[in-house]
Amino acid sequence: MPATCPFLRPPGAIRHLALLLLICLLLVPVSGRGDEGGFDQGIGLLASRDFSGKAAGIDLLAESGDARAKTILEALLAGRLFHVKKSGRLVVAEKNGRTYLLTDALTSAPAGTAKKRALKKVTINNRLRTGIKSALARLALRDPDPGVRLAAVNAMLSTLNQESIGLLTRLRKEEKDSRVRDALATAIDIGRLRSGDPALRSKALARLDGNLDPVVRNELIRLLDTEKDETVRRQAQATLASIERRIALSGLAETLFFGLSMGSVLVLAAIGLAITFGVIGVINMAHGELIMLGAYTTYVLQQLLPHSIGLALLLSVPAAFLVSGGVGILIEKTVIRFLYGRPLETLLATFGISLVLQQAVRTIFSPLNRSVATPAWMSGMIQINPVLSLTVNRLTILAFAALVFAGLLWTMKKSSIGLQVRAVAQNRAMARAMGVRAARVDALTFGLGSGIAGMAGVALSQLTNVGPNLGQAYIIDSFMVVVFGGVGNLWGTLLGGLTLGVANKFMEPWTGAVLAKILILVFIILFIQKRPSGLFPRKGRAEV
Amino acid sequence: MNLLRSLFARDTGGTILLALLGLAAVLVPICNLALDPGTPLHVSTYTMALLGKYLCYALLAIAVDLVWGYLGILTLGHGAFFALGGYAMGMYLMRQIGARGVYGNPVLPDFMVFLNWQHLPWFWHGFNWFWFAALMVLLVPGLLALVFGWFTFRSRVSGVYLSIMTQALTYALMLAFFRNEMGFGGNNGLTDFKEILGFPLQADTTRAGLFVASALALAGGYLGCRHITGSRLGRVCRAIRDQEDRVRFLGYRVEDAKLWVFTFSAMLAGIAGALYVPQVGIINPTEFSPLASIEIVVWVAVGGRSTLYGAVIGALMVNYAKSFLTAAMPDAWLFCLGALFVLVTLFLPDGVAGLLRRRKRATTGTAPVLPAAPGETRP
Amino acid sequence: MTMLESMRSYMRRDQVFEFLIPDTPPDLDLSHGMILYLEGITVSFDGFVAIDNLNLYIRDAELRCIIGPNGAGKTTMMDIITGKTRPDSGSAWFGQQINLLRLSEPEIARAGIGRKFQKPTVFGHHTVFENLELAMAGERGVWSTLAARLDGEQRDRIDEILALIGLQELVRVRAGALSHGQKQWLEIGMLLAQNPRLLLVDEPVAGMTGQEMERTAELLTSLAGTHTVVVVEHDMDFVRSIARTVTVLHQGSVLAEGSMDEIQNDQRVIDVYLGD
Repeated sequence: MPATCPFLRPPGAIRHLALLLLICLLLVPVSGRGDEGGFDQGIGLLASRDFSGKAAGIDLLAESGDARAKTILEALLAGRLFHVKKSGRLVVAEKNGRTYLLTDALTSAPAGTAKKRALKKVTINNRLRTGIKSALARLALRDPDPGVRLAAVNAMLSTLNQESIGLLTRLRKEEKDSRVRDALATAIDIGRLRSGDPALRSKALARLDGNLDPVVRNELIRLLDTEKDETVRRQAQATLASIERRIALSGLAETLFFGLSMGSVLVLAAIGLAITFGVIGVINMAHGELIMLGAYTTYVLQQLLPHSIGLALLLSVPAAFLVSGGVGILIEKTVIRFLYGRPLETLLATFGISLVLQQAVRTIFSPLNRSVATPAWMSGMIQINPVLSLTVNRLTILAFAALVFAGLLWTMKKSSIGLQVRAVAQNRAMARAMGVRAARVDALTFGLGSGIAGMAGVALSQLTNVGPNLGQAYIIDSFMVVVFGGVGNLWGTLLGGLTLGVANKFMEPWTGAVLAKILILVFIILFIQKRPSGLFPRKGRAEV
Repeated sequence: MNLLRSLFARDTGGTILLALLGLAAVLVPICNLALDPGTPLHVSTYTMALLGKYLCYALLAIAVDLVWGYLGILTLGHGAFFALGGYAMGMYLMRQIGARGVYGNPVLPDFMVFLNWQHLPWFWHGFNWFWFAALMVLLVPGLLALVFGWFTFRSRVSGVYLSIMTQALTYALMLAFFRNEMGFGGNNGLTDFKEILGFPLQADTTRAGLFVASALALAGGYLGCRHITGSRLGRVCRAIRDQEDRVRFLGYRVEDAKLWVFTFSAMLAGIAGALYVPQVGIINPTEFSPLASIEIVVWVAVGGRSTLYGAVIGALMVNYAKSFLTAAMPDAWLFCLGALFVLVTLFLPDGVAGLLRRRKRATTGTAPVLPAAPGETRP
Repeated sequence: MTMLESMRSYMRRDQVFEFLIPDTPPDLDLSHGMILYLEGITVSFDGFVAIDNLNLYIRDAELRCIIGPNGAGKTTMMDIITGKTRPDSGSAWFGQQINLLRLSEPEIARAGIGRKFQKPTVFGHHTVFENLELAMAGERGVWSTLAARLDGEQRDRIDEILALIGLQELVRVRAGALSHGQKQWLEIGMLLAQNPRLLLVDEPVAGMTGQEMERTAELLTSLAGTHTVVVVEHDMDFVRSIARTVTVLHQGSVLAEGSMDEIQNDQRVIDVYLGD
């Protein structure tokens, strides 16, 4: 950079003159960006022997808006900015054993190595350190990345003063990104809340009404402590109350979301059970293990396709359906078929199968939990407002559950297999007389219910770790949902699952998760007392 | 005496069982205490404790058989009553430790000191007396069974619904007992017991005494259940198992019969738990796990439901196999247990006792009376 | 007499306040000669009306036959009387004092209504003797059944019933091993052992030989007079052999009522039976 050379090591007198000149220059507000001259001058001033010169240089760098300023200031703050004694070249030095690895501060080009003796550190003191930090913050306010700008605005909130408000106001006029503009507006209003003029404070309050940012709420609480002006004080109280109402509402919405999310998982887990229990009157205690198999299918597919986790997840939905459905049909053909009409024996036998499946997974994989990765498009959050954000994976599972439910409803109501299944469920003998192959329908129904359990496993693998005990926790819950909703009624299962999920989440803050679960169990026992056949009972003539 | 004779008249299996029990109650302690460890007939203290544990399991199996085999209630939660009885006894044993615990607190058990508790929770009061603990061993499981039964039987919850409800009951209790705040030692449970009624628990004589007590309890439990099943109430129970509705139309209050027999069975399970805890030296919430409860059902199924002595055989056989397999091939045990569930329900619905009876019939040449499938219908 | 009656109505003020109604059913009061009142009973299952505004009155000690095509609501009517099904509306009284809609099945049975089911339902794992013992009138509580022993009188009664139903030889056989007709007889025997005031008999002669049918007819007619008997039957010859009054049910309500001859000549009845 030949242009900077004259300023690198100027003789003493000229240097002082230059300093004076620069301070004058500083008083002129620097507007716009990319002030090449300012940057070069700033770099030059860093070589000053006194700290006031360096301070001026730092300010110049900060105002220059040059992309290089940030790296240089950061290096300066970290004590890694040096001048090479011989050439006067400004370098960033990285200690490498005994020598230093150099990078040119201005061009970012490697500049070889040097011994410590050959370098002169650009020294700073505490006051300068504060100055550098604020300079970095101001630089960040002009950063091309809106995220960095947003963080910079939020970082400035604690040190707002008249001057910085002026800066923010200017920046706001130029800001293109709406979120950053909103944050700037909030910051400006918060700054005005601290001003001495009650009218200004009042105006700021009016604008802050309904702003859910936690800093606003904290600022209002602080204001109420110190506010002298009665009208402003009252206005602040009203504003705070309205903000808190909105926060409470958002909290409610969040709990509802968590409840629905838990409910959707319950529905996914229970709906397969609802089919097998409702249609063929069989309690499949291995249902939880079929869910577990679905989760492990996801795990295996991700191991096979380690580089496309998202694709593996999508593929595992049909794969899990086939794996769990296949195992389900196998169970039906080898065990359950021989136990029809003896539900208690079926319960015992399927429990035995569940033990075998659990132990098999433990032997094949490991007794330890496996974690299944979440693809990028399912991670992250959707921010509704500063206090309410919804996680994408839970939203996806909610949608997935709705999709599965709709698909199942369609299968049962519209397809020919659904018609046969319903016929067998209502009157086995009659259906058989009409030419329905009841044994085949039973096997298919069981396979369908098991396959859905597998799909539930795919969803669960995105929420919890996958382990051999994954399914155990769900069999009782699933059965509760089925009982609560009414046997043999898909809509009942949907409503039952969502209700139980939401109720659970709403109780948790008061009672804790375990007690909430216990209370729900007790509630269902009492509920069955009142409505033995669930929310949507099937009525019919009683037969001995 | 007349009563006893009539009891044994049609119950060969039971008579043999009681005779063997009496023999064991006398011989095992003698072989343990009087014979030198070197002699071939010596029974080690470990073996005696193991046998005592099996006897407790057998009593538990009888309790389950009474409600499953005779009343048709497939209970998947009897482990809860067993564990509650065990906890009541465990609380007594904890209080007996006194100042000998790690922290040396004369009143608070170690885990409470560890949790920084200042006072004994109200429900721990009274457990320093044996008679109170013994009363609670009966009352707590009995009361729980009474309340649970009152709600479920009155609303005519039956079949698989009832089974799952019982499972939910023990599951909920397990979750609750895992919590430290409950005041029952959290997941560590109660352990490090020192003495019972002043006798050191490690001493061979105490162990022998506990073994004899278990044998007596099993014999008493057997006779109690036999008395019920042999009475008209027993016939009402079996009628309920086979055709609940029909019994109602005869004027019997099905709920009442179920409720009292279920409660009695829960109390038996509580006694079994109370005898179990001092012999194994620990009680923790895993006793509440659904798997523990459903294992009991397998003992009964293997031994043969609806025969009380069959339940005892099943409990002894399965637990012996479990002790053997978990030591020899730990991984294989759950496979075997699972397979046992499936095979017994598919191929051996009357269990070992059923096999014995069939053999007896084959040798005496009497025609088998059709054991029609129990009156379970699809919901 | 009038004073006595006014006293009685005064005593009946327990019906005014619900909490005064005793838990145990009051004694059967047959002062008006009627044993069963069904008034305005309606039941529907999932929109299908099984019983539609049914009114039926049974006199004390009469033998009533109820006929009707399939689906006329005969079994549902029995379900309502015995407490198995609760009607959507209407009232059912046993005598003057006992509101059947308030009682559970066992309470109704103990109040004096016995039922024989269409499909013979006996306890298959119990012996014939045990079946009769369970049905035997007497204590029904848990503790009393635990201690119950049959006294000599009850044993005699069981022997008597065994002779009547012709199962003396099979007394130690499990009921599950009996033939269909034997099960029918056993269930009738259980009904006799229960000794109810009102017997509801659903298709008693299905699966019986002609000779057995005659014996059943004889038995039922002999019971009437001391007991009230309501028989639901399809077999017209059997109905003709026992019937004094016949009620025809159709689509959940009474179509016609009268003697067998009147019924057979009733045009509506003919339409219903032939129209099917």
